[in-house]
Amino acid sequence: MDSGAYNRRDFLKLAGLGGVVLVSGCASAMRSSSGGENADFYFVQLSDCHWGFEGPAANPDAKGTLKKAVAAVNGMSRQPDFVMFTGDLTHTTDDPKERRRRMAEFRDIVAALEVRDVRFMPGEHDASLDNGKAFQEFFGRTHYTFDHKGVHFIVVDNVSDPTAAIGDEQLEWLRADLGIQPKDARIVVFTHRPLFDLYPQWDWATRDGARAIELLQTRDNVTVFYGHIHQEHHFMTGNVAHHSAKSLMFALPEARSQPKRLPVPWDANAPYKGLGFREIEAERAPVKYAVTELPVA
Amino acid sequence: MRMTRRLLLRASVAAGLLAASGRMAVLAQAQARATGRLIPIVSKKFVYEPVELTLKLNEPVVFQLTSLDVVMGFSVPDFGVRATIIPGQITELRMTPTKIGEFTFLCDVFCGSGHENMEGTMKVVA
Repeated sequence: MDSGAYNRRDFLKLAGLGGVVLVSGCASAMRSSSGGENADFYFVQLSDCHWGFEGPAANPDAKGTLKKAVAAVNGMSRQPDFVMFTGDLTHTTDDPKERRRRMAEFRDIVAALEVRDVRFMPGEHDASLDNGKAFQEFFGRTHYTFDHKGVHFIVVDNVSDPTAAIGDEQLEWLRADLGIQPKDARIVVFTHRPLFDLYPQWDWATRDGARAIELLQTRDNVTVFYGHIHQEHHFMTGNVAHHSAKSLMFALPEARSQPKRLPVPWDANAPYKGLGFREIEAERAPVKYAVTELPVA
Repeated sequence: MRMTRRLLLRASVAAGLLAASGRMAVLAQAQARATGRLIPIVSKKFVYEPVELTLKLNEPVVFQLTSLDVVMGFSVPDFGVRATIIPGQITELRMTPTKIGEFTFLCDVFCGSGHENMEGTMKVVA
């Protein structure tokens, strides 16, 4: 473990800026290292920005919160290797022209991030009304893979189908991609919706998510980071860990805590409470992800 | 199979034409297939009518689901049943409530800006 990273994380913990969750795997061997491969690193996950949302009772700073988050990331003393937006970049609208206007504004705001490696995936608000057409025009593919310093990242789209399904074709793509990964490969999956049935009564599920989890469970070190539920949540399905992120627009209540899924009212005494983003440190030996939740302001 | 919105729309149009030419026949067929108390439910952006249902414990029911505008879902997660509702078509969904209480039914096909509030309450009584 890099001692600087350890001290930095401890500082954040001591400073009370957020909870730290250590996610451990049990890789028996690491892939061979070459030129920066397998080095420790960290990235930032931002989620559920809902650009275009209007609801002063939930967030009177709807036009300012995302910009504050961008400034907060830019202000980090050590810049992340990359930034990942896990969906619901924009708030849904029935008007395709307005959808594109919101996406253009979102793109322009996050262009201020100093990190040059910024990646996107859609949420149902971005993609479910047009099967991801507008999203692809602005941000590219809705499912893809990439590799970074020995970690294999898989972006799974469970929103472009309005029925909240991944679909046979993408599941086959996932099966094929996993098939060429070593059994103990370090794998991180990004999705928007939870892959497991967190609370289908509030639409917190993926219809064929169990099939994806079955595939992921064939590998030893898989961690899923997702959004959608606008709060932290940590869950295991067998050997696969699932961690949801906070929103950058409004918080949602815990599942089963109240009859309806309504945004948590804004607390004037604690502005931005429940909102935030997270940094994730990928450590190679043992395989581990240190998740630190950070406030917007 | 991945369901694209275009496919859903094509299905909607086809079903609409069918319904226009023989709605009564479709209804008669649906009733013939039903094996429980019939409960018609009409959906439209972004509400169900009725929005509250009262069912009896262990009494089989058949929801007869229709949509007046776009493709909708009807899901009752607590009883593990769901259906996709195509406009112009009567979709039957059978269910037998096996526990008492208040349960949520909701649209599980993203249908527009009011989708997240499209839900109702199902009361199951003794």
